[in-house]
Amino acid sequence: MSQTLTPPKSAKRVMSNEGKAAKRRVRLNSWLMYIVMAVIGLIVLVPFWANFLATFQEGRMIITGGLNLGIDLAQASLDNWVMLFTDSGMYFTWFANSVFITVAQVIATLAVSAFVAYGFAMYEFRGKTALFIVVLLLMSVPFEMMMLPLYIQINDFGLQDTYTAIIIPFMANAVTILFFRQFLRGIPREIVEAGRIDGVSEFGIFFRLVFPLMKPAFGAMAILTGMMSWNNFLWPLLALRSSEKYTLPIGLNTLLTPYGNNYDLLLVGSFFSMIPIFILFLAFQRFFIEGMTAGAVKG
Amino acid sequence: MRKLLYSPKIAPYIFVLPFILTVLIFWVSPLYKAGVMSTQKIIPGSVENVGLANYDRLFGDRLFWVALRNSLTYMIGTLLILIPGPMLLAVLINSKLGSERLKAVFKSVMFIPALTSVVVAGIVFKLIFSESETALMNQIIGAFGLDPIKWLKTQAGGFFALYILAAWRWTGVNILYFLAGLQAIPNDYYEAASIDGASSWQKFWHVTVPSLKPTIVFVLTISVYGGLAMFLESYMLYGGNNSPQNIGLTIVGYLYRQGIERNDLGYASAVGVVLLLLVLAINIPQLIATGTFKKEQH
Repeated sequence: MSQTLTPPKSAKRVMSNEGKAAKRRVRLNSWLMYIVMAVIGLIVLVPFWANFLATFQEGRMIITGGLNLGIDLAQASLDNWVMLFTDSGMYFTWFANSVFITVAQVIATLAVSAFVAYGFAMYEFRGKTALFIVVLLLMSVPFEMMMLPLYIQINDFGLQDTYTAIIIPFMANAVTILFFRQFLRGIPREIVEAGRIDGVSEFGIFFRLVFPLMKPAFGAMAILTGMMSWNNFLWPLLALRSSEKYTLPIGLNTLLTPYGNNYDLLLVGSFFSMIPIFILFLAFQRFFIEGMTAGAVKG
Repeated sequence: MRKLLYSPKIAPYIFVLPFILTVLIFWVSPLYKAGVMSTQKIIPGSVENVGLANYDRLFGDRLFWVALRNSLTYMIGTLLILIPGPMLLAVLINSKLGSERLKAVFKSVMFIPALTSVVVAGIVFKLIFSESETALMNQIIGAFGLDPIKWLKTQAGGFFALYILAAWRWTGVNILYFLAGLQAIPNDYYEAASIDGASSWQKFWHVTVPSLKPTIVFVLTISVYGGLAMFLESYMLYGGNNSPQNIGLTIVGYLYRQGIERNDLGYASAVGVVLLLLVLAINIPQLIATGTFKKEQH
């Protein structure tokens, strides 16, 4: 037996030579890959770096001269950063509003979508297929086409200029439901059965037994929902009236007027606005990339 | 009450109830209203039924066709950029080459642009593509001996900026989608192909690409939607909804102009309905052909 498996000596030597060549090729290919990745990765970071450099320069100069990767150190100063923290008008009001809306939206969307997804994933019931097709169709209805009637509607409800109007329409989010459902299908049904035998109610099973198991899926969707909410622009722009209720993107956009002398704040404020979402991403990154790959389109 | 909490027959309806309510109140009702409004002439204080007059006007409206052409061009361009590129990069990341840790760093770096808002990204890209000779893009072409270009004031330059912005923001997201698809391909497929003596390139074409079909369909679907509904990118690059000779005008931009800037809600609704039909006309046949609906039945 062992004899048939052991190749003759000469063949072994040939193979090890081939092995060496193959190893060299792999190493060469790895380096080629690193070079490709480094070049693309650096290009991707250029806009951030350009924005960062601009925070030390005079806004008016950047607006007329454009952004580039150079900086005149003799002219550079921390003035913009000092102004951001001492004299930035409503900037931190908008910042706080955005934080509040994002946190509320993430909690509401995750809770409601998980609740709904559990119904789709764990039960057979009449009308399920039809409802599910609605979920899929919703994913391809452009929000922009219904924003005008929706705007009229929230006015009818007396919700204009409130955060409720911004958060509620997106709580049962089709993409999030689809993602959670996919994830829940991977959870063994025995857990549910065991719960029933122990006399736990259907909702107790969800909240006490299944909910805690959904942590990785929550990580991924928290980032996705958080980033959409933090960056949401068009709908809050329509729904919000008073400038003290503005979110950060809307507020920043108001600084971009042709006559404004707010350009210093615009550049430093834009840069600073990216920081919280980066921190969120770095904190949950592991969950995020794992969760995305675990729950995404496996079919 | 007890029965309600314990019955596996009733429970599913309670679970999906929030979804049904949200859909009815915040989606079906506005959609229906958009349909109705598109057959009306709405002036503050008076509503008049005009049948299909808004649609009639729409098809004779030169600017609408400009917007439609721009949106379609943008959609096709982004499909060509945002499917093959991210797919190849995902294959690279998924390969056995190189250290996992460095590849993870690359993945994160590629994802970071998706975290920025269109407002911030738009401000930065507007200034990178600024017409001054000291702006980055003009410095780059200057290094090749070319004269500064007024990027955003020409059709080609403006679209180039829009494509670069789209590639920058979405490549990393699509890489993640493709990685998810790649990791679902059983290793046996590749082993079988190796035994048949397939080259790496043949394996890519005959194993990887066909197995990625569900992912490609998914990315295609969201990209068709995203491309046709694009508005904010152009709004930010041009500092508002008005671009020179409307080179950056999109369907949603036109809807915004008619509905919000001109307060012609009926006409704007007709624009919205056409947008919806367009998205559905492209996406539904594609979803049916690829069996996405059928798969969800069980």
